[in-house]
Amino acid sequence: MTEPDFDVVVVGAGPAGSVTAALLARQGHSVAVIERGESPGSKNLSGGVLYSRVLEDVFPGCLDEAPYERRVTRNEVVFLTPESAVGLDVASDRLADPVNAVTVLRARFDPWLAAQAEEAGAYLMPGVRVDRVLTAPGGSGAAGRRVVGVQAGEDELRARVVVAADGVNSFLAREAGLRPQPPTHHLAVGVKAVLTLPEHVIEDRFGVSGDEGAAIAYVGDCTRGVGGGGIVYTNRSSLSVAVVLRLDDLVAKGLAAADVFEHFLAHPRLARYVRGAQVVEYGSHLVAEGGWDMLGEVVSDGMVVVGDAAGLTINSGLTVRGMDLAIGSAVAAAAGVSAALEADDVSAAGLSGYRERLLAGTVGRDLRTYAKAPAFLERPRVYGDYGRLLEEIMVDVFRLDGTPRKHLARVAVDALRRSPVRLRDLASDALAGVRAL
Amino acid sequence: MTGAKPSTAERLARNRFELDEDESHIEVHQDVVRATGCGPVLVAVCPARVYAEREDGGLDVEYAACLECGTCRAVAPPGALTWHYPRGGFGVSFREG
Ligand SMILES: Cc1cc2nc3c(=O)[nH]c(=O)nc-3n(C[C@H](O)[C@H](O)[C@H](O)COP(=O)(O)OP(=O)(O)OC[C@H]3O[C@@H](n4cnc5c(N)ncnc54)[C@H](O)[C@@H]3O)c2cc1C
Ligand code: SF4
Repeated sequence: MTEPDFDVVVVGAGPAGSVTAALLARQGHSVAVIERGESPGSKNLSGGVLYSRVLEDVFPGCLDEAPYERRVTRNEVVFLTPESAVGLDVASDRLADPVNAVTVLRARFDPWLAAQAEEAGAYLMPGVRVDRVLTAPGGSGAAGRRVVGVQAGEDELRARVVVAADGVNSFLAREAGLRPQPPTHHLAVGVKAVLTLPEHVIEDRFGVSGDEGAAIAYVGDCTRGVGGGGIVYTNRSSLSVAVVLRLDDLVAKGLAAADVFEHFLAHPRLARYVRGAQVVEYGSHLVAEGGWDMLGEVVSDGMVVVGDAAGLTINSGLTVRGMDLAIGSAVAAAAGVSAALEADDVSAAGLSGYRERLLAGTVGRDLRTYAKAPAFLERPRVYGDYGRLLEEIMVDVFRLDGTPRKHLARVAVDALRRSPVRLRDLASDALAGVRAL
Repeated sequence: MTGAKPSTAERLARNRFELDEDESHIEVHQDVVRATGCGPVLVAVCPARVYAEREDGGLDVEYAACLECGTCRAVAPPGALTWHYPRGGFGVSFREG
């Protein structure tokens, strides 16, 4: 048998891969990280709100040096119709201190994370695409094979454990037979642009100062009714603007993803934020949307799957979380892999401590809490009728047009009567919403 | 935005791409595309407008503008596309992300 080149080969230098590598290297294991981008982060994009506590647990005090953009001190949720916006704006010191979330740009943030892995002793190989896993006979699975390394072009790299941290399209996990291609209602496409604006303009328009920032989530007309939503997040001197579109619904509605994005950019409610801004980058990326239902096997003989590759994203409609879950899964995986290496048992059974830690920790608990969210968010009324209903109610409350005033409850009942939403739909959606979110 | 909103092509023009002249990472199997009629769906879902319909129902592909999201691959019927990531270091390089 060929001697392994490394204890662990990690494929993918996103948050999941770099944190797994850093923790394993810290414990004295030899670790290589392979990244297909010319540098870490060059293939990655996200909306950009990183719930940062889990990162601070791994790298105490890291917010002093990590290249984040702004601390999120203001969250807003806005229901959009073609002409109106009804929003809930939350600004609280309790979101600011201690820091709850920061905005990041991945082409700057991921290299910093990868550097932490290198500092801990991991060997980084950028610009290399892994083509397949290497297997050998043995193992407990049906195919009777175990993973013993990876192949990249002509090169083979052998490892006792391979960590698939290769993102939402994970070719590695699929090829190893661990995870089937997700159904299209478990995937969404994110379409994003970064737009530059002077810092003081951002501060004025969003009502923040210093390194404070805002995260605004839009529901409704921003996606032209396609399941999903829109976001505007503030960076230091730019804005991240994106739509997230559920693939089954995008295809069913026959809309073009680029058109929906342009529609959002051109929406009058957005114009106030993006006026005069310059597009500096345009990108797209898939988002895992299945939540708990998407979490399948994460461990096999000689391999573990972390982060997006394992489908670990939570979309509650108000927040998209993936980076913090990627880091959370990395913490669980590093502990599980380390225990397996020390016990010299890298079989699926030997590595199963990862899965247990994952499910017992925040990642597993939150996935379970939001298990019903994806199905709830497939209810179409969320993206159209409710925005309209809220608009009617709020406009009626504020518009003094000489007609006799009515109590709020009466206004709501009348608006509901005019709306296509039936009372029993509302009751059913409200109940489902309360249970799911 | 200054003036008219930029088109997809103008937005893409801001990105940095390292073009792999020797190898397209997307291969279209025209017979399957025509038989399944999936052309219009692929044209629509791609945020970079990489695909364009041919008169015979097949698809042209401008792989150089691909953002590597994998959306087309996720919605294409089996056998219509062979899609993998570009070779290491090639393809789109985000400077913001
Ligand atoms: C539009 C959008 C908005 C989002 N908003 C948020 C948000 O606000 N907050 C949040 O927390 N999350 C958000 N997410 C989700 C978040 O981006 C992901 O959950 C997170 O990036 C997952 O991290 P990861 O390390 O698992 O995978 P990735 O970050 O995708 O990293 C995978 C890495 O593997 C590399 N790779 C892949 N295949 C290979 C190969 N064969 N060989 C070598 N290298 C390979 C890739 O180049 C990449 O660097 C958003 C996503 C999108 C698309
Ligand atoms: S991967 Fe994304 S950007 Fe590339 S062709 Fe497919 S849909 Fe278009």
